[in-house]
Amino acid sequence: MIGEIFTASLFASTIRLATPYLFASLGETLAQRSGVLNLGLDGMMLVGAFTAFYTVLQTGSLILGLLVAIITGAVMGLAMAFISVTLKAEQGISGIGVYLFGLGISELLFNKFLSTPRTVSGFPQVPLPILSDIPVIGNVLFNHNLLVYGAFLLVPAMWYVLNRTNFGLMVRAVGQTPEAADAMGVSVARIRYTTVIIGGIFAGIAGASLSIALINTFQQNLTSGLGFIAVALVYFGGWRPTGVLFGSLLFSFVNALQLQISVVGLDIPSEFAVMSPYVITLIALIFASKRQDKPDALTKPFERGG
Amino acid sequence: MIQKTVRYLIVVAVVALFTGVFAISAQEDEAFSVAVVAPSATNDLAFSQSMYDALVLLQEVYGEDAFQFTFLDGVFIVDDAAVALREWAASGDYDLIIGHGSQYGSIIEELAPEFPDVSFAWGTDENTFGLDNVFAYTAAAEEGGYINGAIAGLMTESNVIGVVGPIEVGDAKLYVDGFVAGAASTNPEAEVNVVYIQSFSDVPLATEAAQTFLANGADILTGTAQMVVGPIAVATENGIPWFGTQSSQAELSGEIGVAFQVYHWEVVLDEIIGLISEGTLGGEAFTLTLENGGLAIEFGDYFTPDE
Repeated sequence: MIGEIFTASLFASTIRLATPYLFASLGETLAQRSGVLNLGLDGMMLVGAFTAFYTVLQTGSLILGLLVAIITGAVMGLAMAFISVTLKAEQGISGIGVYLFGLGISELLFNKFLSTPRTVSGFPQVPLPILSDIPVIGNVLFNHNLLVYGAFLLVPAMWYVLNRTNFGLMVRAVGQTPEAADAMGVSVARIRYTTVIIGGIFAGIAGASLSIALINTFQQNLTSGLGFIAVALVYFGGWRPTGVLFGSLLFSFVNALQLQISVVGLDIPSEFAVMSPYVITLIALIFASKRQDKPDALTKPFERGG
Repeated sequence: MIQKTVRYLIVVAVVALFTGVFAISAQEDEAFSVAVVAPSATNDLAFSQSMYDALVLLQEVYGEDAFQFTFLDGVFIVDDAAVALREWAASGDYDLIIGHGSQYGSIIEELAPEFPDVSFAWGTDENTFGLDNVFAYTAAAEEGGYINGAIAGLMTESNVIGVVGPIEVGDAKLYVDGFVAGAASTNPEAEVNVVYIQSFSDVPLATEAAQTFLANGADILTGTAQMVVGPIAVATENGIPWFGTQSSQAELSGEIGVAFQVYHWEVVLDEIIGLISEGTLGGEAFTLTLENGGLAIEFGDYFTPDE
């Protein structure tokens, strides 16, 4: 029975499920490290998902669809940055506002331009030469579409940016002690605008990864709150890309496991299996809350001399 | 809490808008007026669309002068639906108020005694709560499920069939149980694996469930509720035959669509409207069946007409 459950397909499923979480959570990590909590992720993902899907449906171009998702994500990130950085609105409230806007506008656009679910041919699987031929591991890790690879490559890239670049240093400084960063000549507003816009871009890509790579369709509220899980994963991961990777994989693994358990007919109530990812997340969050690396200025608007 | 409050305000605004619009129409034309709240979108290819399509059909049959309806969709949260239902009942502008979803039962049970002159209906369920102004309706979804399952049992070559279900209740459970029994009737060796993902709307999870079925050898898929668009996309991509229920998914599934059990709520609504017109405001329960025409099997493009 154990052999039936822990199959290569279980781990491949884990990798696929983790993809949108990684894009959204890593972008959110960057924003939060600069001190901005973006609760509007889910709305940004929905808009990215719809615009990418509709573009592909109309043009057949996956790259164009992805580009449109990036642009719409950036625009929504800009809006979020304007509200939270320039207008200094309470970040939790404004994030919910952005979420509701994204939820509503994606539904409106869907009803206006599609009116019924359709499907598209999404990003195809691209087996990596030689690597995909490795027994078991090859199929699990190296037989996915380009966005899946991109999500995982983003982890070391984000780690490098945050820890080895001048920009990353400024982001961390702005998120930790914006007053000191400001005194050193760093523009807190510019850094926060940049991180929130980049976060919006990755949220858009996360949405596109659903609608034109993993699911290849669009329906109202396609994300089903996935963006909020992504925000939780940032806390789970202790605001570190590697932590976010671990959290995304763990959450996705438990989700894939509960599906696999049901499929092979193991006699466990489905309700128990379904709630297990959330229970594990809550337990992990309890431990994560004790960590001390939370950005001190998170959710706090910056006022010079304030 | 904030999200809930914002949603509440939106619902109040929408309800107020619709109430105003249709109140004028109802008074001017004396049309039979129906208000419906539903959990998902009118184009969900599933539960809510089946009711919306029925109302559109009735309007075509009766004529717009004689029949009008307002449809508030996407209201999964019961508290939000309660706002709409209460506003409609209090307005006195509607001859029939429908809570189209089993989650609305408790609200209907609470509101109906407060508004004894207003007729309510809800489903899927058979419980009228012993109230004279509540109709209940349900669908014998196991009937079409059995037929779909029987066909699937004959078609499967791997003898593994995957079923993506939402929550193990109501017509979803009936359909799945019927499907499993149908497959067993024609192919006792067929293994029908069922996953209830505990959500009616989680498309990503439903999609991954379908992927998991395929990875485990399934060569036929079915499912119920609005999240099946994901599994249908998976089936389409992999050329796997698809069986559906609630609404026709033939257009979306294209060549992999085999058979769909379609709900024709107009059969029940027509009866209810007739009773209300005669002065009976409730107290009866109705069931869609293949026999009374409330359920119908429609075939997709998988088979050519000759087959």
